[in-house]
Amino acid sequence: MLKFLGELEKVKGFFQLLLTHRMGVMGLSIFGGFAVIALFAPFLHTVDPSKTGAIENILLPPCHQFWLGTDDLGRDIWSQVIYGSRVSLTIGFLTATLAVFVGSLVGLMAGFYGGRIGEVLMRIVDFFMMLPQLPLMIALAAVLGPSIRNIIFVVSLVSWPTTARIVRSQVLSLKERAFVDASICIGASDRLLMFGEIMPNVVPLMLAQAVVMVAWAVGSEAVLSFLGLGDPMTLSWGMTLHFAFESGVMARTLWWLMPPIISIAVLILGFSFLGTAVSDVLKPGYREMWGL
Amino acid sequence: MALRGFASFAISKAIGAIITIFAIICANFLLFRLIPGDPIRMMFRDPRVSAEAMQSAREKFGLDKPLWGQFICYLEELSHGNLGISFWQRRPVLEVIADRIPQTLLLIIAALIMAVIVGTILGAIAGWKSGTKLDSSILTVSLALWAVPGFCIAIIFLLIFAFKLAIFPLGGISTPASGLSGFAHWRDVLWHLFLPGSSLVIWYMGEYVILMRSSMVDVLGQDYITTARAKGLKESAILRNHAIRNALLPVITMTGINLGYVVAGVVQTETVFAWPGVGRLMYDAVMKRDFPLLQGTFLVLAVAVVLANLVVDLIYGYIDPRIKVGKSE
Repeated sequence: MLKFLGELEKVKGFFQLLLTHRMGVMGLSIFGGFAVIALFAPFLHTVDPSKTGAIENILLPPCHQFWLGTDDLGRDIWSQVIYGSRVSLTIGFLTATLAVFVGSLVGLMAGFYGGRIGEVLMRIVDFFMMLPQLPLMIALAAVLGPSIRNIIFVVSLVSWPTTARIVRSQVLSLKERAFVDASICIGASDRLLMFGEIMPNVVPLMLAQAVVMVAWAVGSEAVLSFLGLGDPMTLSWGMTLHFAFESGVMARTLWWLMPPIISIAVLILGFSFLGTAVSDVLKPGYREMWGL
Repeated sequence: MALRGFASFAISKAIGAIITIFAIICANFLLFRLIPGDPIRMMFRDPRVSAEAMQSAREKFGLDKPLWGQFICYLEELSHGNLGISFWQRRPVLEVIADRIPQTLLLIIAALIMAVIVGTILGAIAGWKSGTKLDSSILTVSLALWAVPGFCIAIIFLLIFAFKLAIFPLGGISTPASGLSGFAHWRDVLWHLFLPGSSLVIWYMGEYVILMRSSMVDVLGQDYITTARAKGLKESAILRNHAIRNALLPVITMTGINLGYVVAGVVQTETVFAWPGVGRLMYDAVMKRDFPLLQGTFLVLAVAVVLANLVVDLIYGYIDPRIKVGKSE
């Protein structure tokens, strides 16, 4: 219980630190805003976003009933934008979790064991980092078929190597520290050393990496959906843009294109800011700099 | 001695690239065998084709063999430059792709050169005025544009300059059936290049702005700048003769590293502007469910990126011996 409270204090302290960083405040408020929108989506003047409308409701400009107008199937664009935040946030968080989990595990193993295992693992990482990411994602997503699950898989598959490389170099330097030698002297097992001693010191790095990953995953989902590889039954922002782009009436539909673009941009920027803030705050010396 | 060091560095790099390319070929083969359904059925797309015709096509493409035999067959055909036949265009895939390569190169090269120039200038200004409003606004805007997906910038450009203001064409590389030739044709191409090119420049330049800015800040803090100031040199002379020259060095050695990012931008921008390059071809292959073409474009793009990376590595290894030492440890 005490330990839990101690951890809670740490988390609280971390958020307090984050609030001293201007980008942290901006990032947190953008994320908070979208989280609220996603949670309360049904209460925000929305209808079912994939429900097609009557023929006289097609391609309406913004009006009292349809705040952002309707698309070429009479679907409400306001609802698409609001519900799209759920898709983006879900994909962003699941992908970031998966990619950072796998990447950290590989990085930990490669850094800790070194030798042949480390060599093989890093070769795999290097191979993935050599490939052009977007074409790889397009080819994979096209082969696997359009679904949210596949997009999460594909985006994670191309993004774990970055984390693996960063974590590995951190582990390599941690391994040389005295506290690891001390644990070895006590006779700690490899598992205890890896997960009990080294990993807690990598967690801040993993956290910063995860935040950046969310931004990257949101962007990648938008790109893949826009390129026609998203699930047509789930209206994400990228999918909305894909339908608008393919509709052939782009010229008359500023209200159709701009809201999803702005949402994508703002959400990605929010997480990029947050990523910068988190890695700044976690740098040793940040507290001292601010006299905290 | 130094040259021998470079030769062994070059050979190890080249072997690495060859292994990577072989791995790409294997992955490319396996990946497209994951597709559910019968490739022959997908190719004909017509239920009326007789079973005999399908069987003979299956034999012709070696699909009656086991997976291992198919792989050997694939390698053999690949060594002859045969990437299969496009379902959609009914032409050899390599031919379809080769037709698109010059346009993509034109777009990439034009955009990258401009991005380096514009990015460096903006970065130099930001670094020179570091700490001011101008600095932070240049930095924020270019970072923001860098983070946002490239197709968003392209769509905004298309909406503003092609639809609303109608000063640039909506897409394509030249005015169809215009019968222009020579100089007029090239002017037409440049006019079409402007929007896709500039949206790419905006997307690419962020990296160079950041690099040049931090390099500039570093250089301006050096003693020789203080000396130059103490000598009473004009600010413009200090900038021109001392600061910018030295700050450019790291930017030059970093240029062209992030090829994956460059390719990602080209795929998105070509799609939005219907620019007839490899990127748009990849989008069309996805939309038309043309798997041989998709497989071919992926292979060509991946191999091109690996080879370009190899060239960049070799050039930098040659110019800057420190890179060799750093990489070989």
